Amino acid sequence: MSDVTYSSAADPGEDVYADSYETVDGTIYNLAGGDWDSIAAAPEGEKERIVVNMGPQHPSTHGVLRLVLELDGETVVDARCGIGYLHTGIEKNMEYRTWVQGVTFVTRMDYLTPFFNEAAYVLAVEKLLGITQDIPERANVIRVLMMELNRISSHLVALATGGMELGALTAMTFGFRERELLLDLFEMVTGLRMNSAFFRPGGVAQDLPTDGEKAIRDTLPLLRKRMKDTADLLIDNAIWMGRTVDVGYLDLQGCMALGMTGPVLRSAGLPHDLRKSQPYCGYETYEFDVPTQTSCDAYGRFLIRIAEMHESLKIVEQCLDRLTPGPVMVEDKKIAWPAQLSIGSDGQGNSTEHIKHIMSESMESLIHHFKLVTEGFTVPAGQAYVAVESPRGELGAHVVSSGGTRPYRVHFRDPSFNNLQATAAMSEGSMVADVIAAVASIDPVMGGVDR
Amino acid sequence: MTESGTPVVPEGVSELDVVGVRRGSFQVSGSGDTSGFGGLVSPIVMPAPTERPYGGWFDELADEIELALADRNLPVSSVIDKVVVDRDEITFFVLAEYIVDFARMLRDEPGLRFEMCLGVNGVHYPEDKGRELHAVYPFLSITHNRRLRVEVTAADANPHIPSIVGIYPSNDWHERETWDFFGIVFDDHPSLTRIEMPDDWAGHPQRKDYPLGGIPVEYKGATIPAPDNRRAYN
Repeated sequence: MSDVTYSSAADPGEDVYADSYETVDGTIYNLAGGDWDSIAAAPEGEKERIVVNMGPQHPSTHGVLRLVLELDGETVVDARCGIGYLHTGIEKNMEYRTWVQGVTFVTRMDYLTPFFNEAAYVLAVEKLLGITQDIPERANVIRVLMMELNRISSHLVALATGGMELGALTAMTFGFRERELLLDLFEMVTGLRMNSAFFRPGGVAQDLPTDGEKAIRDTLPLLRKRMKDTADLLIDNAIWMGRTVDVGYLDLQGCMALGMTGPVLRSAGLPHDLRKSQPYCGYETYEFDVPTQTSCDAYGRFLIRIAEMHESLKIVEQCLDRLTPGPVMVEDKKIAWPAQLSIGSDGQGNSTEHIKHIMSESMESLIHHFKLVTEGFTVPAGQAYVAVESPRGELGAHVVSSGGTRPYRVHFRDPSFNNLQATAAMSEGSMVADVIAAVASIDPVMGGVDR
Repeated sequence: MTESGTPVVPEGVSELDVVGVRRGSFQVSGSGDTSGFGGLVSPIVMPAPTERPYGGWFDELADEIELALADRNLPVSSVIDKVVVDRDEITFFVLAEYIVDFARMLRDEPGLRFEMCLGVNGVHYPEDKGRELHAVYPFLSITHNRRLRVEVTAADANPHIPSIVGIYPSNDWHERETWDFFGIVFDDHPSLTRIEMPDDWAGHPQRKDYPLGGIPVEYKGATIPAPDNRRAYN
């Protein structure tokens, strides 16, 4: 050790990060944990305020969320969120891709709800193109089917991670196990468990596989049974109720002021659901209820998520019943992707029929294929705002076109981004432990918050 | 298009809203383009202002707004720059100095009752001289189940728009985001700081004039050009 030299600041045995400095508000002590003894000598009688940085790398902050908590004892006096750790510039990136390629980006925003991101985007593009009415029935049914399965998988993760954050580890393992059933279905239908890029302007990327309908139908009974098991773990569970009842309270007035949507708003008793009030993809033809609670707390939001999963199952069954053979992409050949995927001997590839057609039968088809794939279609200039009811609330896509083959500007109003603003209102004045329950009841996904 | 390159005004439309000009079919210039497409010049025309009747419930909404403005002694012509009805959506272009009054009216007037402002989004039109920055506010009325859009413009030279956080507290983060990405200063915002980018970041990344980085490649000094400098269709 003799050849090691320490800089003057780093006296061995002393924590370099545990410094202190004077400000107009008094002395500030920086602590990094395990060194509380070093400030035992702080003068008596001074008002003690502790500022704790929770996150961004902390298992109970729902991803890379940073919470800056000012504490008085164990009571939260002031709660602030720091976000931006997962900003990926998706909106900017999309301005340099074709309209179809945009789907690949948006599906990665809120990574628990890929189909909702895609739906908001493609519905906005379809509105700009003026083809909303031309989307084939089967495409709409498949979209609703996938969205509702996705709502269940997203709510399962909300229960799983929320449970884990409050110490209910079995809820976590159950939730992720059940979600796996759904991810298997997503993989079967789209080829990918997450980030599917399955919805396309004009329809969906490809039809359900031949045994897809049956596979989904066969999964439902098991899913229903297991969902009940997970719910039974927590409903009326004394510990769970002790952690969530009257925690994260936000009444209707607060919800309206903070622009809350989704389960948080419905836990304040307002049955606002865009699937009912401003239906899209044919939601007006499905029978389902909008569950509400009036407790305005984290437990109410938990009950709503449980109930919504069962409503989603009802919709999924209705979708399966009304699946009739037909096209899954608009007729318009100027918009519809020319090729269909098929599984070759290597497990992937374009349909051989299509390749044969463009390579040896029709020069015009080849040109058309080439133009549509490389250049893409143009969208008339204008702007559209389309909102869908994602598992977290109103997910809006504001899409601006300047008449070119690429979006001029795409902006997503992500419900997580907006709802996270309620952290302060929900947790100030409560205990530190309740902050976790409050944030978990908002169920933010940082991929969506930061985009 | 006429021969001089100015767009022909379609029938029934008072003026055209030209926000830019697109040149060529490919984004590059100066290359050996023999196709002739490089000579294309076409204006980027956003949907033009709409005259009454707007159709559907839009007229009812516009009547309510005009009445409510009159109640507040605000002259309609000076508050609302123009109204655009396009693709079943109605957009009110409101002058920046009136946005706070307009937002308060949207929230408080029983006949309007837009309980929710779903944030604000910036759009940058560098060639829309004197109004380069657009702030777009989507509103939702749960009571009446209606949506409307309010658009406010600001010049790049003076990018100030009054904040409506005092009326819609939910716009707090949304306005910070729009400041962060576009440099629109929302006056009287309680704490207009960056939200997505680091605090010490320079520039506003979602503006069209924000330089994008290319990627150096370890091959004889080659680089992959930035996306805005690549050859691409437009």
